[in-house]
Amino acid sequence: MNINATLFGQLIMFGLFVWFCMKFVWPPLVEAMAARKKSIEEGLLAAEQGRAEHAQAQQKAEELIASTKNQAKEIIDNADKQANVMIDNAKGAAVEEADKIKAHAKSELDQEVVRARNDLKDQVSTLVMQGVNSVLEKEVDAKAHKDMLSKLSQSL
Amino acid sequence: MAQGELTASAYIKHHLQNLTFGQHPDGTWGIAHGAEQAKEMGFWAFHIDTLGFSFVLGALFLFIFAKAAKRATIDAPSGFQNFVESVIDFIDENVRGSFKGKNPMVAPLALTTFIWIILMNTMDLVPVDWLPYAAQLMGVDYLKVVPTTDPNATFGMALGIFLLILFFSIKEKGLGGFVGELTLHPFGKWMLPFNLFLEGVNLLAKPVSLALRLFGNMYAGEMIFILIALLPWYAQWALSLPWAIFHILIVLLQAFIFMTLVIVYMDMAHQKEH
Repeated sequence: MNINATLFGQLIMFGLFVWFCMKFVWPPLVEAMAARKKSIEEGLLAAEQGRAEHAQAQQKAEELIASTKNQAKEIIDNADKQANVMIDNAKGAAVEEADKIKAHAKSELDQEVVRARNDLKDQVSTLVMQGVNSVLEKEVDAKAHKDMLSKLSQSL
Repeated sequence: MAQGELTASAYIKHHLQNLTFGQHPDGTWGIAHGAEQAKEMGFWAFHIDTLGFSFVLGALFLFIFAKAAKRATIDAPSGFQNFVESVIDFIDENVRGSFKGKNPMVAPLALTTFIWIILMNTMDLVPVDWLPYAAQLMGVDYLKVVPTTDPNATFGMALGIFLLILFFSIKEKGLGGFVGELTLHPFGKWMLPFNLFLEGVNLLAKPVSLALRLFGNMYAGEMIFILIALLPWYAQWALSLPWAIFHILIVLLQAFIFMTLVIVYMDMAHQKEH
């Protein structure tokens, strides 16, 4: 238990161990740990940034969708309006056309009526002549009364 | 107890005797047989067991940590790596907390003292008879396995710390500053001798208290293990187990105290203002 030169042996050994630790053990470990810490911090920061960017992109997308919806609605409204106008126009045209056709038909009909009346007049005058002829027999000269009869039929 | 014919006092004495190598009075060099011969060798003798065990343990510490240092990468650490790094973190935190100066040596110094002392103290937990008995079978008479129960080991470390305190004090404050610190405090220049005495005691108390605290604690613990080993073999466990469990605390605590004080003393050596 006495103090002797072991003391110096221990002292030298201690010095060597501390030197070795300082040279080969401590710096690489601390550096690696610091580097890892830094990379983790950077990773977290990047993740945070990514999250923010994602949120921003989502917001942008939502805005885009909303504006697109509005646009679509506008387009549909416009189309509706246009379609209504077109239908109205078509209706007007159709009514006009129908009126035209109707007018045409009416004029034709009128002409037909006039012609039929004329025919009827002729036939009536012929019939009247025949009737008069058969009643009067010879007393009526067809020739002599023809003018008169035609005047009559004209007045019908 | 391996040696049946020994008395208790002889057993204890045997366990407290280092394996000493030195010069016999007749001029030849060799291993001392017994405490008498060891004493006769005087100062220039070496405790082979203390030196050997402390060297093996220190080398083991450096081997493990250097391996971890070589493998240290930026990637996620494995279990072993994690353990080493948590120790480094612990030391780093302690150094940052107590040491305000800038010196790349302090943290490795703290790490070395902490782990080395833990390992040396842990030898105390090996049952007291195993290694000495095994050595005896191989023809070695004496073997003291716990280096920190040898004051040479603790004083050797404390002497190293003392030299570092002197070195960094002079380096940081200059020789004049350091001498001034020793002589002009706490009572001004008219009380110079008294100041020198106070500060000298203060300075010398640092390494002495470091060495004696560690040595005393470990020596006492070892002594109790030896005393327990004197009991009948079937009763030993009842005392040695609780004591060993309690001793784990002492092993770690003494290493921690030593390390913390080393950091604090280094900090004081670096402080410009008293």
